[in-house]
Amino acid sequence: MSFFGSKFNPFQTSKRKIPDGLFSKCPKCSQTIYNKEIDANLKICPKCEYHFTLGAWERINLMIDKGTFVEMDKSLISADPLNFQGPKTYPQKLSEDQEATGLNEAVICGLGNIMSIPVSFGVTDSRFIMGSMGSVVGEKLTRCIERGIEKKIPVVIVSGSGGGARMYEGCFSLMQMAKTSGALSRLSEAGMPFISILTNPTMGGVLASFASLGDIIIAEPDALIGFAGPRVIAQTVRQELPEGFQKSEYLLKHGNIDRVTNRRNLTQEVFQILQVLYQENRKEVGIEN
Amino acid sequence: MEPLDFEKPLMEIEKNIVQLKEKALNEKIDFSETIAVLEKEVIEKKKQLYRNLSPDQRLKIARHPNRPNTLDYISFIFKDFIELHGDRVFGDDNAIIAGLATVGGHGVVVIGQQKGKDTKEKLFRNFGMAHPEGYRKALRIMQMASRFQVPIISFIDTPGAFPGISAEERGQASAIAVNLREMMSLKTPVICYVIGEGGSGGALGIAVGDKIVMLEHAYYSVISPEGCAAILWKTATKTPEAAQALKMTATDLHAFGIVDEILEEPLGGAHRNPQEMAQTIKLSIIQTIEEFSRLGGEALIRHRQEKFRQIGVYQTQALSQPSVSQTEMEIGPSPAFNKPVE
Repeated sequence: MSFFGSKFNPFQTSKRKIPDGLFSKCPKCSQTIYNKEIDANLKICPKCEYHFTLGAWERINLMIDKGTFVEMDKSLISADPLNFQGPKTYPQKLSEDQEATGLNEAVICGLGNIMSIPVSFGVTDSRFIMGSMGSVVGEKLTRCIERGIEKKIPVVIVSGSGGGARMYEGCFSLMQMAKTSGALSRLSEAGMPFISILTNPTMGGVLASFASLGDIIIAEPDALIGFAGPRVIAQTVRQELPEGFQKSEYLLKHGNIDRVTNRRNLTQEVFQILQVLYQENRKEVGIEN
Repeated sequence: MEPLDFEKPLMEIEKNIVQLKEKALNEKIDFSETIAVLEKEVIEKKKQLYRNLSPDQRLKIARHPNRPNTLDYISFIFKDFIELHGDRVFGDDNAIIAGLATVGGHGVVVIGQQKGKDTKEKLFRNFGMAHPEGYRKALRIMQMASRFQVPIISFIDTPGAFPGISAEERGQASAIAVNLREMMSLKTPVICYVIGEGGSGGALGIAVGDKIVMLEHAYYSVISPEGCAAILWKTATKTPEAAQALKMTATDLHAFGIVDEILEEPLGGAHRNPQEMAQTIKLSIIQTIEEFSRLGGEALIRHRQEKFRQIGVYQTQALSQPSVSQTEMEIGPSPAFNKPVE
């Protein structure tokens, strides 16, 4: 599935902005901006509102109440079930990205509060093998969903994945799509809400499984979201792609997502949604009539 | 039938036999001993060849233009097929076939991707690459089967879901995702046969079942070997290497526990004897229906959930360094990030 994202590399921009120096160039408005200014602005371009990619920990800091996050299943790391023989071996690729990101896998899961509402939270980091889903990402997200069932709390997952299902683990990766979707079927039966947040980019097998199954689906502005990569589509249909194709606003217009929400309002909005959908909490805060 | 490149040496011997037979007939010379030896040799060599194919060679058989497809199997295996059309929302997708039929005294629902054999049919079937309405049609009919406790037989044969503008606009990813979730809770046996190409999410979209069966030369992969070669090796010429690396053959996937059973194909591939292949599949279908029909709806769902729940290989790392907490992490935004936002 990652094939579809092949030639188009949505990370070109995010790579450029990883602050080496003091300034970054916004990929949208081409303005040169002081890095501290971007950071202080939730990594939103102060000139044009472009949303720079957030790392997993940055996302946790943005959305989870300070001091409430407890990481779970941190010890799960990838094996090499195919003994993958490519130009790079899988262990090589893993250690490269571990070094570059300081993460041991492409997802962080845990428990925490969103404005005092307890949630089971997961976030993929698009810098780690393009945020692709292999066995570890699939397993950690499945456990994240299962914690929602066990603890009777909502599940919130923020996706950022240009890679979709991870090639290096072959069909094991493909099957994680069914595994995470199966867990969401049980969550739904348990009556707990699932909020899926799509960030730039969310593609392929990640979008074609858990990320599309939110009771509510919210996208950050201007994010690339699709099943197949734009280049592959352009090559297949041999015509020019429409303006804004596969961007959040385009998906909203075509009825594929509930909302496009600016990062500044995201936490508040998720809170408001959970206040309505999460019955347990509703009783506690006393808004039940 | 055009031989595949690796079949050519064998074809030569076969041609010799035919010529020898003709000569024997025309010139009334007795070559029967030589012919018998040659024929034996051919069979032995064939067995050798086809049991030891490389993944790339199997791929050529899986995509062989004469390989029997869903409609072939429907006509060979089932009786009284009634095709059902449309997703009741947008349209009817000809890349996915669905309908009612009977086999061995059981009423069943049949679902399957249809690639098409000649150019006209390929275009009509969109090369077996479904749009969202195809997945939605399949789900609509599978959910009906679940309501009436009718077993579902799914034939998987697609290069992938269609990568197109309208497919994206109508929610290709969503259509597949919803199938993955909803197929988990079908209260009837779902038996899946990967008969040719198991192309990624497009294949999985109708392949969440109680039993996953693969034909000997079929493939099932997270990405096409061409796509994988283009991304990792940056050239399509490395497709054989990618096919090898992806471990996409029935034998590999069976060893991984992803596929439950492999059905042996007629020597040289299903296209050499479609009827024989169909008979093998038919026996498997009847046997599996009887096996799973004994389970009730809830037990089937538990079994199916558990089956996919346990797929995945990972290790548990001993945590030597203290875990990084949210507040003391090194990488991350400036403290301003944690301030309340207006």
